[in-house]
Amino acid sequence: MTIGIPRSLFYYYYGNIWKSFFDELNIPYIVSPNTNRKIQELGSKYANDEMCLSFKNYIGHVAYLQDKCDILLVPRIDNYGNSNQTCTNFLASYDVIHNLFSVPLLTYNIDGDHGKTEKKAFYHMGKVLKKKRLEVQRAYLKACDKAKLKQYQAIRKNILTAKQPGIKVLIVSHPYQVYDELLGKPIVTLLEKQGIKIIYSHLFLEKDLHASSQKISSTLYFKYSKESIGAIELCKNDIDGILFLSSFPCGPDSLVNELAMRKTSLPYLNLVIDDLDGGAGMETRIESFVDILKEKSKCPN
Amino acid sequence: MSKLITYPQLGNYQIPVYYLLSHIQKYPILMPKPMTYRTLELGSKNSPDFVCMPFKHTLGTYIEGLEQGANVLFQLGGGCRYGYYSELQIQILKDLGYKFEYINLVTKGKANLKEIIQKMKDLDPDFSLKKGIYYSLVTGKMIKYMDNIDHYIRKHIGFEQEKGSFDRLNRQMLQEFKHIKGYFHLFFTYQKYKRKFKKIKIYDMKNCIQVGIIGELYTVMEPFANYELERILAEYHIAIKRFTNARYLLVEKGKKIKKYMKNTKDYIKYKMGADASDNIARTKEMGKQKIDGIIHIKSSFCTPEIGAMPIIQKVAQEYQIPVLFFSFDSNTSEVGIRTRIEAFVDMLEMRRNHE
Repeated sequence: MTIGIPRSLFYYYYGNIWKSFFDELNIPYIVSPNTNRKIQELGSKYANDEMCLSFKNYIGHVAYLQDKCDILLVPRIDNYGNSNQTCTNFLASYDVIHNLFSVPLLTYNIDGDHGKTEKKAFYHMGKVLKKKRLEVQRAYLKACDKAKLKQYQAIRKNILTAKQPGIKVLIVSHPYQVYDELLGKPIVTLLEKQGIKIIYSHLFLEKDLHASSQKISSTLYFKYSKESIGAIELCKNDIDGILFLSSFPCGPDSLVNELAMRKTSLPYLNLVIDDLDGGAGMETRIESFVDILKEKSKCPN
Repeated sequence: MSKLITYPQLGNYQIPVYYLLSHIQKYPILMPKPMTYRTLELGSKNSPDFVCMPFKHTLGTYIEGLEQGANVLFQLGGGCRYGYYSELQIQILKDLGYKFEYINLVTKGKANLKEIIQKMKDLDPDFSLKKGIYYSLVTGKMIKYMDNIDHYIRKHIGFEQEKGSFDRLNRQMLQEFKHIKGYFHLFFTYQKYKRKFKKIKIYDMKNCIQVGIIGELYTVMEPFANYELERILAEYHIAIKRFTNARYLLVEKGKKIKKYMKNTKDYIKYKMGADASDNIARTKEMGKQKIDGIIHIKSSFCTPEIGAMPIIQKVAQEYQIPVLFFSFDSNTSEVGIRTRIEAFVDMLEMRRNHE
């Protein structure tokens, strides 16, 4: 039995842990390729036209995988407890995919308020895949360790970059946007080409991010937004500018980024990505933003 | 500094809110004026681009209220994005240079009675809990009665013999509800008007076309937000069925959602946020009842409803009911809506004749 994992949304949060979990259990899996135009078109075909771009792409990945695997891993994440909610697309993902496609789905349900934790979700997956509980437990713990190690290495690298000299830009975004081959990657490479050092907003310790996001917005209850805007307060002395990157029309970002923009004193650029491919406009905006930062760094004050 | 309270508008519910606030605290209240295009313009000018419409509507009413001298703003707050409106609205209004006090009753998406009482005490130190509970209960009853009457009106307004008779009587009733003395006074007034409403002459309703309205709660309940969809439908002599009202949201939802989830087991496994699962269940319910058509309305960028739309389409296809989807934006023109409704109604009539 092959498990299909769409390389979008949840993959960027749980990809490492899933992959090592299935490796430990000796279950074959297939991860869809990086987002390309074809997948995006597939997504737009199946999805509702008002859905957010990242979710459309997710549906595209599912459509790509539907006849290449036996069971598809489609998670559903409600909240992590203690007012850490997610976007409603994360809540609806399972049911939307279930109704659009006829592939059997593997559930991975996290609902902190009702006692459905990540651990339970993994045990449930193990049960569906007909593995023994002890085996699942061992695989889960090992996968956790591996994923954590990778995460800490990435965080360390990110924090060290923040301390280096040079012009640094903080990208305030979600991992599924900034790492996506079609959404965030072109922007990141464009910035790097111009000699800008990039700091990712989600690559800090979760504890720190949650605590510092409260300084910007005290009533914020979206977990992923906490993790994206928390970084502004954490490294505001090290960075030269902020780039807000969101996909059109992201629900939580529309409110939270607006508030962060109104409260920050650093120069910022707000980029909203949609599925029209107007690369030139994006390039012009980024170049002028970089010019401002470069000119500013030349001045002593 | 003297205080003047204002709050956002939602359908006719400004009257019970006025009643409640005027009895439990001592400061004067500015009733929100009915929304106009200026309200919407003010709201959208100062809002982020792709936030949902209720944000723009409420921000617009606040700005208009502040212009008229109000300085205490009430917001209820709740789930989805609604709970987060307050913080951004405070920031936007502050950036515009207004000085005000903002009271958000429900923070972080969860109601906390202790917190609400504390907030009321901060506003008015003489706030008494006993009075608060009594008037909240009376207001709850008032909302229930209003919803009952609304339900009756919605069903029959398309068939009134004398045009405007329902509207006129409803306005009279609301005017009296505003100055109710206590629970018994409310009860007898309700009974009186119920009899009066039953006496209004209507045409024969046999074989009339029935349309159900579902969708995002604010757009469904606020006539300005849905471009008076119900009135347009009434012009075509259609009986309207609507599920969402204040009573449903405040009281019944907790109980009904379990039943709804059970009914829609074949389609959805989990709750989908806001009213999405409810709407899917209602579509199925109406499909079983063989209703003529469904109109699904929402403000643009309402994420939960967008998630529900493909599923609603699937359910409707299985039960063979036509669904019309509307997504209201600040630029939607009323004429376009009328044309689409007209075509939809024509189609429903033709379907009727075919059977």
